[in-house]
Amino acid sequence: MSVELGIVAQQFVNGLTLGGMYALLALGYTLVYGILLMINFAHAEMFMFGAYVGLFTLQGLSQIPFFTSSGPALLLLYVLTFLIAMVATGILGVVIERFAYRPLRHAPRLAPLISAIGVSLFLQNAALLWISSRSLPFPVLFEVRTFNIGGASISSMQIMIISVTILLMLVLDNFVSRTRLGKSMRATSQDRDTAGLMGIDINRVIALTFFIGPALGAAAGIFSGMYYGNIKYNMGFIPGIKSFTAAVIGGIGNLRGAMLGGFLLGLLESLAAAYISTGYKDVIAFVILIIVLIFKPGGLLGESVAEKV
Amino acid sequence: MGAIKNALRAVNDFFSTRVGRIVFFFALAAITLFMPVFFQAAGNAFMVRIFALVGIYVLLALGLNIIVGSAGLLNLGYMAFYAVGAYAGMNLGFLMQEILARSGAFGESAEHLSYWVLLPFAAIPGVIAGIFIGAPVLRLRGDYLAIVTLGFGEIVRIAITNDIFGLTNGASGLPGVGQTVAPAAGQQWVRENLSFGNFMFSKDLFWYYVILLLVLFTIFVITRLDNSRLGRAWVAMREDEVAAASVGVNILSTKLWAFALGAAWGGIAGHTYAYWVGFVSPESFNFMESVLIVCMVVLGGMGSIPGVILGAVIITAAPEIIRAVAASPALSGLLTPEQAAAVGDYRFLIFGGLMVVMMALRPQGFLPSKRRARELQPVDETVLAQENQQLWEAEHKHDSDSDII
Repeated sequence: MSVELGIVAQQFVNGLTLGGMYALLALGYTLVYGILLMINFAHAEMFMFGAYVGLFTLQGLSQIPFFTSSGPALLLLYVLTFLIAMVATGILGVVIERFAYRPLRHAPRLAPLISAIGVSLFLQNAALLWISSRSLPFPVLFEVRTFNIGGASISSMQIMIISVTILLMLVLDNFVSRTRLGKSMRATSQDRDTAGLMGIDINRVIALTFFIGPALGAAAGIFSGMYYGNIKYNMGFIPGIKSFTAAVIGGIGNLRGAMLGGFLLGLLESLAAAYISTGYKDVIAFVILIIVLIFKPGGLLGESVAEKV
Repeated sequence: MGAIKNALRAVNDFFSTRVGRIVFFFALAAITLFMPVFFQAAGNAFMVRIFALVGIYVLLALGLNIIVGSAGLLNLGYMAFYAVGAYAGMNLGFLMQEILARSGAFGESAEHLSYWVLLPFAAIPGVIAGIFIGAPVLRLRGDYLAIVTLGFGEIVRIAITNDIFGLTNGASGLPGVGQTVAPAAGQQWVRENLSFGNFMFSKDLFWYYVILLLVLFTIFVITRLDNSRLGRAWVAMREDEVAAASVGVNILSTKLWAFALGAAWGGIAGHTYAYWVGFVSPESFNFMESVLIVCMVVLGGMGSIPGVILGAVIITAAPEIIRAVAASPALSGLLTPEQAAAVGDYRFLIFGGLMVVMMALRPQGFLPSKRRARELQPVDETVLAQENQQLWEAEHKHDSDSDII
């Protein structure tokens, strides 16, 4: 099999785009898991919800002539769309935490998992019933240009997705490692009770976590809508389980691990789709997961923590 | 509110008495044995199918309960075993039909024997899948195991969709062109001999009783298992792996047994489902189904057989019940047909909301096992006071002992 450099480069760029979406979504899983040790199954629905809010905001605001009048105004339109969708989804996340998960904080481990599945079922059906059971087209208001670099065609949309993803990650990474609130998040994930004794408002930190995760998930949802051109009520499911897989591959609870896992998964999936088989594309994620976990049970960047006796 | 509470308490008190328990038992037995016959007689074939479907899910939930409830290993890909059982049952059936047809043994009735002849072996494909999946990954702890089993479930589903080894006929499902699934032996006999008047002993009714027998057999086996050496090892391991290992429980083989036995029931349920419906396709084995079975186990009460059965009944039947109640003539004065249909559409939404409410009010499930129920209330004031008292006495006894020395 001859490997053409152009095709590899093409799949590399496609993989980075896909990986960026996985990574953004994986951050939400890893943040919640790091603090509450819980698989937030409803997180996939944040991706869906964010995409819908993004679509409606975009449709609403583009009715105002000002926003489509010039380049900078169009940019402002997109910035506003992202902000509104991210904030709205973040608020939804906080509300879900308050009513579905907080009462279960001292319940057995599986109870919040079931609750999360319930929330997921609820939101999916809410979107199905109240919005549409069919997929809605997601408009692209700017002209998508394609650049040809070394045999690979890269669209301006891909460049935008990859760069905004990296920007969001840098912001999050700095927030968690440099600010006071970030420090309290790290403390809470290390030891919730002790952090509480040190004067950290645990409920506030958890609420903050449930704001940031869904907000990033919403951004990923809008990217997905723009990239694939349509959104649907069940669009979150497959990216959701893959992103969780990405978070585990990177080492769950570890932010940089989730980013690495997301990009890695996106890249390998694109390359596998090109060189192995498109039918088995979705298997790749899980095969990699199993291989990584057998040889490095804590994930790539996870610490191997000894079980407490 | 108070009146409802008092009424509920009165009902509860009644069923706690000896007479009450007997009444309850007979009522339950009567419903499971005769209710489907009444539905069939009333011409409601749909409800008979729901009864049989509930039976299949009870089998699956009891099987998963071995893995999740008894051994405490979260498995999010249980449908893989169900799928393996269903596809293996179908393929082996085709193979058997061909061999018997060529050899000419059993003549015409040969094709009706596949289900029954293969039933004793139906667990084997499931067990093989269970060991195959379990062996490499059982060293992983808690949530990692959950995600890996989820991955295996997806791999199996995708492999089936892609017609792996040419055995699954891809997305269009089995039987494919040129293959047939003949009715199982007995189906024709009951239809001819037990039907009278308008009442027809239908295929679904026949399978309901087959599944019911399998459920009773499963309950028997699991009760025996729970009291066996292996069952106790599972509980010990679930409570504290390190402590269990230190008293001689082989953790790896104990976990593997849980996986293999749990998978066995997935296989049996899959085999039965395949021959009942006569058709299998990859859509029946998606991730959501695996999740719903976990919900049955947790919602009903992990580790408790009545709890798990109740969970399976509620989750399988609830969406249909919500729809049936909304469409019932009793509510026709309150709801227009359009509204009733809308409630039917909203059933999964309502169901999702109910799951959240249920977990907030009763995280241990409807009918938790006694041991689990005790675990969940560790900070009982009176128990704590007693324990403190005992500790205090023990210490002081020690003091007086040392005085003597």
